[in-house]
Amino acid sequence: MARVVVEVMPKPEILDPQGKAISGGLTRLGFTGFGEVRQGKRFELEVDGEATDEVLAQAREAAEKLLSNPVIENVVAVRVAEDAR
Amino acid sequence: MTAVANDPSVAEAGAESGVSIGVVTFPGTLDDRDAARAVRLAGAKPVNLWHADATLSGVDGVILPGGFSYGDYLRCGAIAGFAPIMEAVVSAANAGMPVLGICNGFQILCESHLLPGALIRNDHQHFICRDQELVVENANTAWTGDYTQGQTIRIPLKNGEGGFVATDEVLDELESTGRVVFRYQGLNPNGSLRNIAGITNEAGNVVGLMPHPEHAVEAGFGPEDGGGIDGQGFFSSAVRTLVSGN
Repeated sequence: MARVVVEVMPKPEILDPQGKAISGGLTRLGFTGFGEVRQGKRFELEVDGEATDEVLAQAREAAEKLLSNPVIENVVAVRVAEDAR
Repeated sequence: MTAVANDPSVAEAGAESGVSIGVVTFPGTLDDRDAARAVRLAGAKPVNLWHADATLSGVDGVILPGGFSYGDYLRCGAIAGFAPIMEAVVSAANAGMPVLGICNGFQILCESHLLPGALIRNDHQHFICRDQELVVENANTAWTGDYTQGQTIRIPLKNGEGGFVATDEVLDELESTGRVVFRYQGLNPNGSLRNIAGITNEAGNVVGLMPHPEHAVEAGFGPEDGGGIDGQGFFSSAVRTLVSGN
């Protein structure tokens, strides 16, 4: 069974308080090599059958309509998963 | 809460105007009973609506109350924005029906594209609960006609994800067309851009805001300073709008 991966990130110009909190946590734990952190979302959509171009197009539409909010987020990837889960 | 909401004297007080206002309950809604009570106190009949309903049961206006919806998974209001009842709400709103979204209801109005912009986590990363001063910047909407332009009101605010954001172009348009209905005064509690607390659509029938007018409709229960009833105007405005003949 194929899977389609959709990745969504907060827009660069939008404040990401979650990323900010994570960044603070990293510093407290001594991970000092990192600057800003931004937190996004990864969705895995199981496909019945093959991940055809049509399925990918549908995933892209779903990504724009429900999985992301274009006011605050960008869909950065819609692709067929190749890795093992 | 139940005893107060079922107070028969309050129940009888509603419906004087002949106006009925629906209050939608989603899985996770908290403030539907308070919103219904506010409607009753304003002389209208509250009608309980359910998120899975397909119709609005003939109501004259709709309130999307605060709390949560569908766990607010994905994004606040995102799943609710596509709930079965929202199709009816969106088409009624586009036809001019007064619709008010409070807190999570505001988030739902944005997610269903009835209002522009989005609400994100508070910039200070904390949940905040306080009595909040607002300036009324538009007293011509279906929900603010009983206020005066520039009036300051004080009503409760309680949110974790109340930061209003939109592009500069959208913010400019909202400001230049008078669609900023409320601005935070004294303190911006959540990092909302340009201190925006509430907005309206082009027609002025759909209003969304983060603070909670339904918690400030009866003396002794709202904010201690200023009488605690500054939220009444929302509901009386809607009743007046509907009675005076839309």
